[in-house]
Amino acid sequence: MTPNAETPTPAWETTGSPVIKIIGIGTAGVALLETLATAEFAGAHRVAVSTDQSSLNVSTTSAKLLLEAKGLRGLGTGGDAERGYALAEENVAGLKSACTGAQVVLLLAGLGGGAGSGITPVVARVARESGALVLAFVTLPFDCEGNRRSAQAKASLAQIKAFADGVICLPNQKAYKLIDEHTSVVDTFRITGGLLLEAIRGIWQLMTRPGLIQIHLADLCALVRDKNAEGVFAFVEASGPARSREVIDKLLAHPLLDEGKALTESDAVMVSLMAGSDLTMAEVNRVMEQITRQCERAQVIMGAMVDDAWKTRLSVTLIAAKHSAPPVPEPVETAFHRPARIGGRPTPTVTPSPSASPVANPGPSPLQMQQREQLVKQHAPGGRRKADGKMKQEMLQLGTITKGRFDKCEPTIHKGEDLDVPTYFRRGMPLN
Amino acid sequence: MFDEANLIVGLEIGTSKICAVIGEINTEGALNIIALGQAPARGVRKGEIVDAPLAEECVRHAIVEAEQMANVEIRDVFLGVTGGHVRGFTNRGVHRVLSADRNITEDDVSDVVKNARAINLPAENSIIHDVRQHFLLDGQPGIVNPAGFVGKLLEVDVHVVHGVTNRMQNSVRLVRNLNLEVNEIVFNGLASALALLSSEQKELGALVIDLGGGTTDYVVYVNGVVRHTGVFAVGGDHISNDLGHGLKVPLSRAEKLKVEYGTAVPDEAARGQSITITNEMNLPIKTLNLEHLQRIMSLRLEELFQIIRLDLEEAELLPYIQGGVFICGGGARIPHIAQLAETIFQAPVALGHTGSLSGLKSALDQPEFLTAIGLVKYGSMRSPKPAPAGFLPNLKTMFNRFLPQR
Repeated sequence: MTPNAETPTPAWETTGSPVIKIIGIGTAGVALLETLATAEFAGAHRVAVSTDQSSLNVSTTSAKLLLEAKGLRGLGTGGDAERGYALAEENVAGLKSACTGAQVVLLLAGLGGGAGSGITPVVARVARESGALVLAFVTLPFDCEGNRRSAQAKASLAQIKAFADGVICLPNQKAYKLIDEHTSVVDTFRITGGLLLEAIRGIWQLMTRPGLIQIHLADLCALVRDKNAEGVFAFVEASGPARSREVIDKLLAHPLLDEGKALTESDAVMVSLMAGSDLTMAEVNRVMEQITRQCERAQVIMGAMVDDAWKTRLSVTLIAAKHSAPPVPEPVETAFHRPARIGGRPTPTVTPSPSASPVANPGPSPLQMQQREQLVKQHAPGGRRKADGKMKQEMLQLGTITKGRFDKCEPTIHKGEDLDVPTYFRRGMPLN
Repeated sequence: MFDEANLIVGLEIGTSKICAVIGEINTEGALNIIALGQAPARGVRKGEIVDAPLAEECVRHAIVEAEQMANVEIRDVFLGVTGGHVRGFTNRGVHRVLSADRNITEDDVSDVVKNARAINLPAENSIIHDVRQHFLLDGQPGIVNPAGFVGKLLEVDVHVVHGVTNRMQNSVRLVRNLNLEVNEIVFNGLASALALLSSEQKELGALVIDLGGGTTDYVVYVNGVVRHTGVFAVGGDHISNDLGHGLKVPLSRAEKLKVEYGTAVPDEAARGQSITITNEMNLPIKTLNLEHLQRIMSLRLEELFQIIRLDLEEAELLPYIQGGVFICGGGARIPHIAQLAETIFQAPVALGHTGSLSGLKSALDQPEFLTAIGLVKYGSMRSPKPAPAGFLPNLKTMFNRFLPQR
């Protein structure tokens, strides 16, 4: 049972708009958080968390949290997720205070680096423990960023999935389909950031605006509550008389949905329509009919919102979640036991899985806790002091990498990596 | 001495050595290995020829050695090819049975196979092999021979191995320059698998990894058919190169260090150990960290196996290799290589030996020679069986003709 489960949440119950905190983690997350500093998101509490002073300086939010250890001198984690993890564990109290009072916590991070990959799982856990619904919006690195980063990102994603209620994940590689030969790097990152932003906006609108056909937060919880849910999302917009047909075409061709494949594979789909007051029932019907046809297996939840500012435009935000089987049957602490907080009504659509009995929530098992403690001990600097009393001096990879006898050969490129370059070199194994 | 019409020669132009194997089909129709010639290769990188005159000289040495050993003259060879450009993929052909009674005829079978072979390749590529897999009849999989069945929709999967024509022609040209005919070109990985696997293992599902000097070729058999093939232009040369780079020693020295101290799994005892290398006067010139040597090597091998594992995972074949992982090529000699492969593939691992051929002395049953031996085996499957002398065997072949050929 979550510690705060019994505490009353009057703001939620009375006004219907929950207290939302958006936490940007790591350089990428903080940068994304900055793009949210618009009037639209004025109601949100934004918190920037980073290990790097310079990235925090950029942020305009008042709530900043610099995770620091003496050894790092404010220079960041050096791309080491374990270091980020250890730092976050050390500063759990600070993170906890950042999360308290929120009913919904949205996490933004770019996985792959040290801070994003290391801290995000910890924040997800802490936020959850403080009783909030946790949704993580993360990007995975491009293939060309190398094996280590993608491995780190994957490991981190698995951890986040275990702690957060829902994860919406954007593999940057997929954004390749959206750019062409001449797109600059800056634009590419703007596009990927923009995609994530659209997903956040979709969720945001859903939770804060009164809808014509309202999606309750309870519905959203039901959608993402399986802790292994991994979501994909798409945001399309069209205007004019044929707008309903156009949005469907765009949706089915959306690169992030793998040309509609993601829909057929999904277990739960949330569709949120937004249009001006001229939205007709026929249009809603047309859009929904097409989508439900695509995803026969899925439970479809729909919502519609009318905003006069939208005029002739029709926009559709679609979030499809796939419940992968949990890799280890871990005793999950799910959102089932929080109906009191989710609008005060039970959600009959989803039956609790047998592993989580409504009477006694097992919570993390002692074994798990033990493992976690061990992990923390390993990463905590105190425990490490003996092993490496001084910070490890790693060499900067200056100069060109020679490939020895393969210098003049056709390179062997596999998934963006040149396999001719010694493996130990690519993996960063220190030789001293 | 031998009837030269019955000779089958396999020639593998490898990155580290060139190997020619002569086999003979005896009067019983069985294959017998009678000679093997080898020469260290020069002018070959990553399985492909980069210096033709040098490589030609080496091929000549290997051929001559084999000829002398068997006292025959080689006229034609089955040539093994490999290289990073070789790719394998599976294509499905579909054919609708149009006849009124829905009876599937031999024509339907040949049509569906033809459809499966009609694939879009880049203009510069050509097909090395197209291996027929099982048929599907109205969606029902696993049919070996559908002729005579009744159905509407006949499908077949064909595994196609293809490569860049010009790059494969380079080695063919080189062999022709030596006045030898090339019967067929064969993908090295497939040849190794032929030499290694028994039909039972093919049925169970097996992965064959040929860790060569310049390339790593691998083949997956499931249910008795080739399901997957692949090549990575990474091999033993890369290990030597990594060692040379990491330990800052010349390549020739790195090669020696690899053979002498190399291991696939770093052992605990090596921690903190160092080795001293000496010059030809036995004077110490450098001290190296043994742990580093082992870790550099193990990282490379681990990465290579992981890449193969990922590839199989993507092809959804990983659960099907219960028959085991078989490692051959020079890489099979690396200590603890089986242990490493076992941890990565989670399957039983065996180091390659061919048990299925006669005439092979144990001295020749080495993992390095398996590709060339497999080439001979391939050749024996493709060549027509010689007509045995005498009445009784003749009768046997006569009957054999009426029996279904499997």
